[in-house]
Amino acid sequence: MARVALITDPAGTAASAVALESRGDFPPRGPRELTRIALIGNPNSGKSSLFNQLTGLNQKVGNFPGVTVDRKTGISQLTPQHRAEIIDLPGTYSLYPKSLDEKVITDLLYDRASEQFPDFVVVTVDSSNLRRNLLLFTQLADLGLPIVLALNMMDVAEQHGVKIDVPALQQELGVPVIPMNARKGIGVAALKIVMAQQMSASTERFYEPTEALLPMIRQIRYYFNLHNDYLALHYAHQFRQINFLTADDRAYIGELVQQYDFQPTPQQAQETIARYARINAILLNAVTVTRTEKNEPYSNRLDKVLTHTVWGYLIFFGVLFLMFQAVFAWASYPMELIDQGVAWINGLIQTNFHGPLINLLTEGILAGLGGVLIFIPQIALLFAFIAVLEETGYMARVTFMMDRIMRKFGLNGKSVVPLISGVACAVPAIMSARTIENWKDRIITIFVTPLMSCSARIPVYTVLIGLVVPDVPVLGIFNLRGIALMGLYLLGFFAAIFSALALKLLLRTQERSYFIMEFPVYRWPRWKNVGITIVEKVKTFVFQAGKVIVAISVILWVLASYGPGNALEQAEARVRATAAAQQLSQRETETRVASEKLENSYAGLFGRTLEPAIRPLGFDWKIGIALITSFAAREVFVGTISTIYSVGQDADMRTVQQKLAAEKDDNGQPFFTPARAFSLLVFYVFAMQCMSTLAVVYRETKGWKWPLLQLLYMTGLAYVSSLVVYQVFK
Amino acid sequence: MSNRSTHLPSDAPRSVKDLRLGESGTICCLEDPEMALKLLEMGCIPGTQVRLNSRAPLGCPITLVLGDDDYTLSLRVSEAATILLKA
Repeated sequence: MARVALITDPAGTAASAVALESRGDFPPRGPRELTRIALIGNPNSGKSSLFNQLTGLNQKVGNFPGVTVDRKTGISQLTPQHRAEIIDLPGTYSLYPKSLDEKVITDLLYDRASEQFPDFVVVTVDSSNLRRNLLLFTQLADLGLPIVLALNMMDVAEQHGVKIDVPALQQELGVPVIPMNARKGIGVAALKIVMAQQMSASTERFYEPTEALLPMIRQIRYYFNLHNDYLALHYAHQFRQINFLTADDRAYIGELVQQYDFQPTPQQAQETIARYARINAILLNAVTVTRTEKNEPYSNRLDKVLTHTVWGYLIFFGVLFLMFQAVFAWASYPMELIDQGVAWINGLIQTNFHGPLINLLTEGILAGLGGVLIFIPQIALLFAFIAVLEETGYMARVTFMMDRIMRKFGLNGKSVVPLISGVACAVPAIMSARTIENWKDRIITIFVTPLMSCSARIPVYTVLIGLVVPDVPVLGIFNLRGIALMGLYLLGFFAAIFSALALKLLLRTQERSYFIMEFPVYRWPRWKNVGITIVEKVKTFVFQAGKVIVAISVILWVLASYGPGNALEQAEARVRATAAAQQLSQRETETRVASEKLENSYAGLFGRTLEPAIRPLGFDWKIGIALITSFAAREVFVGTISTIYSVGQDADMRTVQQKLAAEKDDNGQPFFTPARAFSLLVFYVFAMQCMSTLAVVYRETKGWKWPLLQLLYMTGLAYVSSLVVYQVFK
Repeated sequence: MSNRSTHLPSDAPRSVKDLRLGESGTICCLEDPEMALKLLEMGCIPGTQVRLNSRAPLGCPITLVLGDDDYTLSLRVSEAATILLKA
């Protein structure tokens, strides 16, 4: 086994010699000579920092089958000759999964026959809290896995007066132990050298199942041909959840468990207590603690202010406001640039080339790509904030302060961040719900976030409020239009809160929800980690949600540009003929052509088909078309309305409003009555009209179930509410 | 760990919930068997010292400092009520 002495050797010679030697010993591993290493550890043990140190930007985010947790893998160059694939497993406190997400660990580590089974495991522990952190280590060691222990956060341990005798600890644990500080990169080189060697499993056992359990354990071992008692015990514990077992396997274990009257809960409690007793004995030999408790820890003093009854909330709302400002205002500059950039490229292509394929490229694909790229600034900024909040430990305080309030509505303390960000844009907001560990809380948060009025609804709100709400002061300081706008925002907010409440009662889950969590000390953020988080989030969005957005964009383009048979050509010819007869200007003719073409396209056809359904809401087929095209993004409403009412694409809002105000119904009365306008406004508050949101919900929940339910629920809510508004006020 | 009634006489064992701010106690036992598994994993082992470190502004959740580990845990009051203290 590797001794500490080896670690201090110069990197090159010793390590590469060992690497070559170990290659000879290994059975042929297949075409790729890539060691597979799993990285595992408690939450807050610096596991992500270590993963980032080992792999840098060589990371890939994929899926674990069946769960919402991301499968993060990366390639690490251990030595010049030796590369390894590192898989980052979710943080956990033990091998008994408490959540669906933690299940991926057991699914990976119990299945020796699997392609994915790691060659060995690197366990990260927080050195300042070895007792609790070693629990997971002892379980992994008892599974008979080859392990390297990364003794992380040595700096924090030192500050706490914890002195660890590394050789003694290594002796006690029977695996290589590498002291390190992953945040600063200290010890990473030593760890890499050890990782490049061939590992054998520790022979040390930390917990022996009691005599009474052995007959059952032996039978499971024999039946499944397992090499290890402890693994067999875990089969007995978790056979219902282990995904690689067949129904017959489960039935077999189920019978055994009954036959031997196996009581999982007391056994697990007894096991945990026994492990702690053993760990205490180990720590007694390897760790000395000299408390230098002179003044209160700085974290506590900071908490006196940051979680104070008054200051705590004020500061938190300050942080939220800053975050909101960033996503709402700061992001608008790069977004503008992206928008103009895409328009410029489109213009360039359109002036130089012509034809239906070029239109598909510019108005379909490039427009869709633009629709994907436009979100990058918001996602990057929001995740810069969230990464800093997580890294510093402030996020735990947010949960701490907000839990009581949010819990009442089936939400989580951490739901505040997605809900507030949702006012800017639901897409990054929904991605930020990832910080919520509990599945039910996360789903509810994702489900209700799009009800918060996002910035894309503002143009719609502005046009319609300007149309029907008079510009008069109220109580001297307020403006009636302002009050109407605020009312719409509040409407969305309350819809979100009460939908959450309803979902809380409806959603059943076998996962028991606890709040019990570690309260980390405050730390400075590592900017490298923040940067990697941003890159990773942007990449996942662009490559995973982006596909869906481009696809829907192309479909919408086809709907708006093609019609049944040669309806479009006929319409165009007709308009040109009348325009020529009336001697209209070139510009006026083109505007009318565009309007007539849209009317006769598939989108127009859908709009007309839709009309009977939306007539009770006070909408006609023209609004129907706008509802369909709004699916690309809500602000498209204004553009579509301009085209339909022949205002011309580059008209400003005032012109659009004048045109709408002039629109007459069959009786010659103004079409946009307050009842109609408010019905439409309420529809836009509630309806799910955003393909990007659906795409991101699909990506975050790893399936179409939730986005489709959301589409149905929100559209249904919009329909019923608009119906009530129109029928009451008309 | 049997099903006790919720109305206990006044000499009933105190739980972590009943600690005053800054007060310490020693864990005697964990009442809810299933939650006990989670609490044990997080270091709430019978015999360990706990100190009530702080309360959230609205009274719940609370934070505890466990043993001499300098390790802080946060949990809801309802969860703290299942951690009984030695008399």
